[in-house]
Amino acid sequence: MRAIGVILAGGNNEGRLGALTDLRAAAALPVGSCYRAIDFAMSNMANSGIQKIAVLTQYNSRSLQDHLGSAKWWDLGRKQGGLFVLSPYISRKDSNWFRGTADSMYQNISYLRRSNKPYVVIASGDAVYKMDFKKVLEYHEEKGADITVVCKDMSGKDMSKYGVMQMDEEKRLQEFEEKPLQAQSSMASLGIYVISRELLIDLLQKVIAEGRYDFVKDIIIRFRKTLKIYGYEFDGYWSSVGSSVIDYFNTNMDFLNKDVRDIFVKQYPYIETKPKDEPPAKYNMGAEVKNCIIGSGSILNSRVENSVVFRKVYVGEHSSVKNSIVMEGSRIGNNCVVEYAILDKDVVLTDGQQVIGKPDEPMILKKGTVM
Amino acid sequence: MRKKEMIAMLLAGGQGSRLGILTRSVAKPAVTFGGKYRIIDFPLSNCINSGVDTVGVLTQYQPLRLNQHIGIGIPWDLDRKSGGVTILAPHVKGGGDSGEWFMGTANAIYQNLEYIENNDPEYVLILSGDHIYKMDYSAMLDFHKQKNAAATIAVLEVPFEEASRFGIMNTQDDDKIYEFEEKPEHPKSNLASMGIYIFTWNRLREALIEDSKIHPDSDFGNHIIPRMLEEGQTMYAYRFKGYWKDVGTIESYWQANMELIKTLPEFNLYEDFWKIYTNSDHQPPQYTGPDAVVRTSIISDGCEVYGEVHNSILGPEVVVKKGAVIKDSIIMGDTTIGEGSYLERCIIDEGCQIGDNVKIGVGENIENEMKPKIYNTGISVVGHMTTIPSNVTIGKNCVLLGNTTEKDFADGTLQSGKSVIVEGVNL
Repeated sequence: MRAIGVILAGGNNEGRLGALTDLRAAAALPVGSCYRAIDFAMSNMANSGIQKIAVLTQYNSRSLQDHLGSAKWWDLGRKQGGLFVLSPYISRKDSNWFRGTADSMYQNISYLRRSNKPYVVIASGDAVYKMDFKKVLEYHEEKGADITVVCKDMSGKDMSKYGVMQMDEEKRLQEFEEKPLQAQSSMASLGIYVISRELLIDLLQKVIAEGRYDFVKDIIIRFRKTLKIYGYEFDGYWSSVGSSVIDYFNTNMDFLNKDVRDIFVKQYPYIETKPKDEPPAKYNMGAEVKNCIIGSGSILNSRVENSVVFRKVYVGEHSSVKNSIVMEGSRIGNNCVVEYAILDKDVVLTDGQQVIGKPDEPMILKKGTVM
Repeated sequence: MRKKEMIAMLLAGGQGSRLGILTRSVAKPAVTFGGKYRIIDFPLSNCINSGVDTVGVLTQYQPLRLNQHIGIGIPWDLDRKSGGVTILAPHVKGGGDSGEWFMGTANAIYQNLEYIENNDPEYVLILSGDHIYKMDYSAMLDFHKQKNAAATIAVLEVPFEEASRFGIMNTQDDDKIYEFEEKPEHPKSNLASMGIYIFTWNRLREALIEDSKIHPDSDFGNHIIPRMLEEGQTMYAYRFKGYWKDVGTIESYWQANMELIKTLPEFNLYEDFWKIYTNSDHQPPQYTGPDAVVRTSIISDGCEVYGEVHNSILGPEVVVKKGAVIKDSIIMGDTTIGEGSYLERCIIDEGCQIGDNVKIGVGENIENEMKPKIYNTGISVVGHMTTIPSNVTIGKNCVLLGNTTEKDFADGTLQSGKSVIVEGVNL
């Protein structure tokens, strides 16, 4: 693959995810019982043959550092290339945080320079999808594009959370509006770009010198007329966990749908994650599990329904867990009721507790809560 | 020059013929256990958890799946720049034009002297890949050093009435061994050898070289240990307390798996600080469908259950279709059980396709005609990569292997004790 990768994983998404991103970057959000959001972008890149990947992280980078501690799970433990986890740092010249997505790349411009690959694939770290970037790159070359933006038709969806693209018949970008209240098109940017490496370096130097720091606003939108920017339409499953709590909740629940689950779980190439080596899940006498995904190492003693259960979860006797997300290491005691709730990691519910949220507003229990 | 305090040599070449069809295409250490594991995962994980980072794995019988499983040792953190895991297979020696098989347990070690010398160890730990247990070999090494022993043999106290099935260590009060008896008719002690030895390397080296001159099939139990005792070397028994299982027969293999589904199993896999590692392609979640019933069972990653599973163990990526019922059974990985099928007390090996409305394990308990000594407790066994057509009924103690079709089942039935082996199609 003639490209290097950049994954933008710096944000906590402006607090749109409430307590879920109090302590973690959006890219570190747990998804689908055993994954972290960033696994999807990472695996897509690795599976597309990209062998050098930088993860740009800033907001609580520890949550990602831990997960990405070893690159070998994505076959990125390499002498040539491999995985670079880059955080802001202080030098005599500069002690800035990343002031925006473009700035985060500019501050690591030596990563972009030290390569002989002609292209860069840029993706955000908080979306759930499977994509072959080789195809996007082929399209990019076919079109003779300066920048290719991957987009998806979101007809019928609320467009005000997306970057909305208007394109001509050739798919060349005409207008691009961030989070419009009245969208002129149903084509949403997925925040995935292909650009020539040299061009990216030039553009970054140019915009930063002008005190502009955002990749979308200051490069895509500002240069939409002068550069040849094309849209690549993706029609597979794509969902962002980073835009709101309900999107996070629904994306997880999508894993209960066989068609969605099979994309990630059954169809090669697989989405890889850091292994935890838990034993198989254990269903005891009272277990009554319906329409759930269950992570390894979990022990179940009662009713669990329409839920996403992560690894090493314990559910006691005569409890009922419905329409909920229970993250790794949480313990639900006996006679508990959990409905429309998100139990973050290591939550403990003592016997008899009730946690009941609403379908459009699941109740969140913060990491480590003991109730 | 490399220098390791203790390296491990793991004997993984044995067939384990009493496991019947399960070890036809794999060595016993590669047989799956407890859903996601293979038997060899237990000693390998014990090694890394005990701080032993250099492990030679000796293979001989059907090594392919074992080699693929071990790879470069990543799942066990045994991918090392210095040491790590090395597969040691029989080979043609320089200067000769024909190779030699490993003729006995000690002979296998003798043939790999060069590997051991390259690591220049003080001590060598000898393990077999046949047992299920968790053990801290570093504590055993401390004992060995403290006793200043030439050899330390891990032993388990077994009931006296069973002692004649084991190699028995007769010891003095301080556990110093004065005599070793292989399967004694009238045991004097109940300390059974677990097949786990620590040797001070220079002592073992000498014994191996000397013994190889007289025994081409040099064996630890029969030759090396008696020889060293005779020479008056200091040898100690190291008492192990805890779970240890030899899953040597179909029945004991089935039993040991079934013990894991108890609410509080004696052998605890859910311990955080002594994890058992294994190699799995990826670790996707498992799905339990809207009409599924799953009770007292353990279910591995990637399974899809739409039917009923009771008192059973499912390996990775098993699909149980709607209306299927599985009871008291072990279904190894990558197998599909068709709609409306009923399986009771059976073992289904990896990669099988069981059709719709198939019944297995029904009828009278008649021992297997071909191999009554292996299949006689009612358990039917379906071998690796077997296909079974829809709508057939299979009895107890049956053995099936290969791409079977309707014509292998007269009147759609295979009576208890019968076998169908279709050669050539699978391996």
